Amino acid sequence: MSEQTVIEAVRDSMRSEMQRDASVILLGQDVGKRGGVFLATDGFVEEFGEHRVIDTPLAESSICGIALGAAVNGMRPLAEIQFADFLWPAINQLVGEAARVRYGTNGAKTAPMTIRVPYGGGVRGGLYHSQSVEALLAHTPGISVVAPATPYDAKGLLSSAIRTDDPVVVLEHKRTYRLVKGEVPSEDYTVPIGKAEVKRPGSEMTIVSYGLMLHYALQAAETASLNGVDAEVLDLRTLRPLDEDAIVESVSRTGKALIVQEDTPAVSVSSEVAAIIGARCFFDLDGPITRLGPPEIPAMPFSPLQEAAFMPSPEKIFSAIMKLAEL
Amino acid sequence: MNSGAKQLPPERLVELYRTMVLSRYLDERVWLLNRQGKAAIAASAQGHEAAQVACVEATEPSKDHYLIYYRQFTAMLALGTEPEEMLRGFLAKEREPMSGARQFPLHGAHPRVDLFNFSNVIATQLPQAAGVALADKLRGSDAVTIVFFGDGASSQGDTHEAMNFAGIHRLPLVFFCENNRYAISVPISKQMAVDSVAGRAVGYGFPGVLVDGTDVQAVYEATSAAVEKARAGDGPSLIEASVERMLPHTTDDDHTRYRSAADIDQMSGRDPVKIMSDLLRKRDLISELENETLHSEAKQRVNLATDTVDAEAYPATEAMFDQVTGESWRDS
Repeated sequence: MSEQTVIEAVRDSMRSEMQRDASVILLGQDVGKRGGVFLATDGFVEEFGEHRVIDTPLAESSICGIALGAAVNGMRPLAEIQFADFLWPAINQLVGEAARVRYGTNGAKTAPMTIRVPYGGGVRGGLYHSQSVEALLAHTPGISVVAPATPYDAKGLLSSAIRTDDPVVVLEHKRTYRLVKGEVPSEDYTVPIGKAEVKRPGSEMTIVSYGLMLHYALQAAETASLNGVDAEVLDLRTLRPLDEDAIVESVSRTGKALIVQEDTPAVSVSSEVAAIIGARCFFDLDGPITRLGPPEIPAMPFSPLQEAAFMPSPEKIFSAIMKLAEL
Repeated sequence: MNSGAKQLPPERLVELYRTMVLSRYLDERVWLLNRQGKAAIAASAQGHEAAQVACVEATEPSKDHYLIYYRQFTAMLALGTEPEEMLRGFLAKEREPMSGARQFPLHGAHPRVDLFNFSNVIATQLPQAAGVALADKLRGSDAVTIVFFGDGASSQGDTHEAMNFAGIHRLPLVFFCENNRYAISVPISKQMAVDSVAGRAVGYGFPGVLVDGTDVQAVYEATSAAVEKARAGDGPSLIEASVERMLPHTTDDDHTRYRSAADIDQMSGRDPVKIMSDLLRKRDLISELENETLHSEAKQRVNLATDTVDAEAYPATEAMFDQVTGESWRDS
């Protein structure tokens, strides 16, 4: 056990998975000598060689398509898309193709591939280095989507993803890479896909969140507790399949739900969580299902005051908690 | 003809012809079944038969990989697919072996050879083929991957990305383009400013060759050379087989809306089944009686398969919930 950042935990997972299974190969632009734009693969080409750490051309569609082809031919490719914003050229190979390999061949072929996607804002990334892409991905039956928030979960969920026989997208919030630290076991372990976790127990409301917003929610919950409101914080961890039972268990106990996400709210993960709560916790609710997210503008602005206004923050979450608590 | 080129032995020529004739009858049958309201959709390989059968002949089905698209009717038969299995796809019957009849005909994964076709999104199979070939190269396998596509697919970005990557990594991959000069209705003059798809290969650092796709010997020679090169670790090749699309794009299309009568008429002189028949007669490899027998056997085979499959059941509704996701974990 040692204290690690999220990026160190990601690196640990990849290194140990590549050591335990020779069929795991890395693909992506700059994953070689550069070690990845966020240094996730720092030292990998030296340790595993160019045949397993493959610097690809700048061509996202083929990064996913090649990963898919290698996956159906016995490999476990782990592809990196540098920024979630650049995933769109690859979306057909992922959503249109990889997600349907098992179904479209009636189980004769499977695609054990993992796509790592740094996402999210608050990093002065502007329109094209800040996007949250989870809604479209999580809409897709046939792929799993995980969004770990802590170093422990980042390592365990990435290892689970690599060992899964179907496509998994791992969304890593880039602001958490070096900001968030936590205890991580040095040995191998996995965190199950599809399981949420209560990160802070509470009794008066449930804050449902994931990614960077999970940390903001935890900060806001601490402030709220100083102001007499005891909020539980549930970390979804996996966005598809959602852990419906964990959401329902928590909200039916606390009676109130605040869903916080960095992605724009319309037709999103928070829409789905709200629908689940509405359907299964109706008679336990003591207040309106509340959602907090950025405004419905096309993307996160670059300029600092506008970026801050776009991003949910601990302060905004605290205000939403106090407002909901008073209802 | 290059004296060092591989020649098809006479007995194989007759076998290839047999497959082409069977393909033609089965192809005609599925169009009939469409007009009877039994087959929802069909895309024809009429005009492509020689190219497909000769390409497959140059490969090793027990170890090579085949990524096909929707028009690989004859290639499927050449790889040992039974007419019943193919008809189960067109009629969407329960025992359909490629996808359980979830997908369009000829889509899914073949039950015996490593042939698959995931999609109707044109050219997605090319980067996937590069991935398949990459895996073989990393493992040190001498298997070769053949990826089939049409002239329409040559316009897609995925085609460029796949060829670029295959060239960089000298992958054991054969790009096999069946150029019938039409992407549904869009003629080749509106698809590209150059005369040939094959010429693009130079930009990716590997050879490209244009062959007459109605000539089995020419296609066999070109494909054999490309397959041998790939198997030896010397990288990919692009083969462009010039063929005719003798029927409309699919059963839902009417090519008289966009092809001139003269353009349609000229195809009769490029019918690969007729060309092959004439060749075998000229070389005295088949007698008139043997030819008649071969035709009547093919017809009977198709009739038998039609009767068998027509009587079969559709998949049960609840089967649509199978294979959505697998057991998530590997043992180990």
